[in-house]
Amino acid sequence: MIIRISDDALARALGADELAAAFASKGHEVHRTSSWGMHWLEPLVEIAGMGFGPATLDDVDAILDGTSPKAIGEIVEHPFIARQQRLTFIRAGRTRPTSLEDYERTDGWTGLQRARRIGGERIVEEVIQSGLRGRGGAGFPAGIKWKTVAGTPGAQKYIVCNADEGDSGTFADRMVMEGDPYALIEGMAIAGEAVGATQGYIYVRSEYPDAIRKLNEALRLCAGIIAPFRCEVRVGAGAYVCGEETSLLNSLEGKRGEVRAKPPLPAIEGLFGRPTVVNNVLTLAAVPHILAEGGAARYEALGMARSKGTMPIQLAGNIRHGGLFETAFGITLSELVYDIGGGTDSGRPVKAVQVGGPLGAYIHPDEFDIAFDYEAYTAADALIGHGGITVFDDTADMGAMARFAMEFCAAESCGKCTPCRIGSVRGVEILDRIRADGREADSVEVLPVMHNAPKTGRLPEQEVALLTDLCETMKFGSLCALGGFTPYPVMSALKNWPEDFMPGREGAVRKVLDRNDA
Amino acid sequence: MVSTKQERVTEIVADHAGREGPLLPILHDVQAAFGCVDAETEALIAGALNISRADVHGVVSFYHDFHAAADPRPEVQICRAEACKARGVEALIPAAEKAAAGRVKLTTVYCLGLCSAGPSARTGDRLHARLDSAGLVEVIENAR
Repeated sequence: MIIRISDDALARALGADELAAAFASKGHEVHRTSSWGMHWLEPLVEIAGMGFGPATLDDVDAILDGTSPKAIGEIVEHPFIARQQRLTFIRAGRTRPTSLEDYERTDGWTGLQRARRIGGERIVEEVIQSGLRGRGGAGFPAGIKWKTVAGTPGAQKYIVCNADEGDSGTFADRMVMEGDPYALIEGMAIAGEAVGATQGYIYVRSEYPDAIRKLNEALRLCAGIIAPFRCEVRVGAGAYVCGEETSLLNSLEGKRGEVRAKPPLPAIEGLFGRPTVVNNVLTLAAVPHILAEGGAARYEALGMARSKGTMPIQLAGNIRHGGLFETAFGITLSELVYDIGGGTDSGRPVKAVQVGGPLGAYIHPDEFDIAFDYEAYTAADALIGHGGITVFDDTADMGAMARFAMEFCAAESCGKCTPCRIGSVRGVEILDRIRADGREADSVEVLPVMHNAPKTGRLPEQEVALLTDLCETMKFGSLCALGGFTPYPVMSALKNWPEDFMPGREGAVRKVLDRNDA
Repeated sequence: MVSTKQERVTEIVADHAGREGPLLPILHDVQAAFGCVDAETEALIAGALNISRADVHGVVSFYHDFHAAADPRPEVQICRAEACKARGVEALIPAAEKAAAGRVKLTTVYCLGLCSAGPSARTGDRLHARLDSAGLVEVIENAR
């Protein structure tokens, strides 16, 4: 019998290797596949299309004789899978990640072959037509970026894949790299064909050892197929800010991962000062599908408004049915959290959802009808980011989460610009003072010579006004999204849950916020 | 001792000769070989790459993965980012610190990418997810 068990890092962290060994020791053929993305069922055992999970070593015999209570029925019919529109994750659960045979059998390389036939100009046209936007967070149209690089003269150009997926609540990049590495590599080779680049780099964070291993193996096996395009994995070194594209380029060059001021755009002066395409894993992995016959039109037909195609959404945090859910843009948060995610894992009421990683806004359940769309989120002072959704139950202290956002920014700031480097530290201090009911005047302020200093200390609502000011400065004065977006989680938490900042005095917080809005 | 270290560093630098932007790959290998990138090694790398010691030190001190001094203790990384916080990692920390008791080095990381199945931890290249207090203590006690 053929037993299929994922070798995704998440399944392995939950004992998939031991489980695979147990089935193998009973004489069965075990295939290690990618993950279906139903993480609450991992490790998921698949036999002839039927699923069993979450499986432990104690379940092995019952699964084999068909009496296991962990049976979930046919996997493809499971509502979590059946409701999805999978393009980027079309192979998830279905193929062995580094098997060239499996990849070719599932239409692998057809996008690249067609791209080579139609040539650079038409590739760029089709990517523009598809409406594909950068999936890393900024949502910049991928085709326009490619067109800029293609139109910039240069003897050497680069394709850089941003695989520094540092946002908490996101894991789609990891799942692509571990589960379908050839799709990413094919996307990069197509990008190379489009802009005239022959060298690619995949910058992977060091926290993803499995992804690094599999990408290296895949690149070794497919080197002949993608040639003359060459590609190499580079490993990050634990700096969150290197997920910002210019900081990533500096890191690739062997420098401190400090952000560069733009312009010049990386498309014109990127890696080693040469024209460079920098795209996220999900952006590049969507490309082979778009370049297949009729793919661009199919992609463009999905989604809403200016958000075209599908988005691999990651359901994370305190959620019952966590995992990877790819669907066309336009789905609401309430569908994602309640219908698909099944509410919280703890069974308690949902208090908040953070969309878009550590720099995304905390959204209140009252606003859960918001549609998944770049512009709709921007209008609501929030962001889609990389599509991660982190659910919190009612035990979460949003004041503590706001403080953590500032603390995280302080820990990960590259230090280049002042609003981020110093603002984040001051932000932590102000939040501490708000939560400690303001502060007394200090010993210097009360000195008679300090004529202009207030003698009464500061009330918590005055600290709130200060925080609002600080957040404005960080938002508009920072060089990159780290300092620029940290105000989103902070201000959204303050606006939606003032009781977690000043218990019993929510009115005072609202008054300050209203004054600032006016 | 000095000469062997120098030989090893020279070897590592030679391994990466001809690569574009070789400093980070070199530092990763050095960190893996010696458990740290100390001042002496920084000078050796600077000499081999013909860049200043300040350039090398600036890079070493920027990244969390490189350490100035080796720590002989086994390391357990615990994710304390938002998704793991939402799943209750903070409540596990007191027991984890007690179990580590100076024998094991506990480090905070922000995200291991197992955000739907936290709290999660990492020892070497081995990941652990869906940890409760007992599970995390076991990971720490088994860390070698």
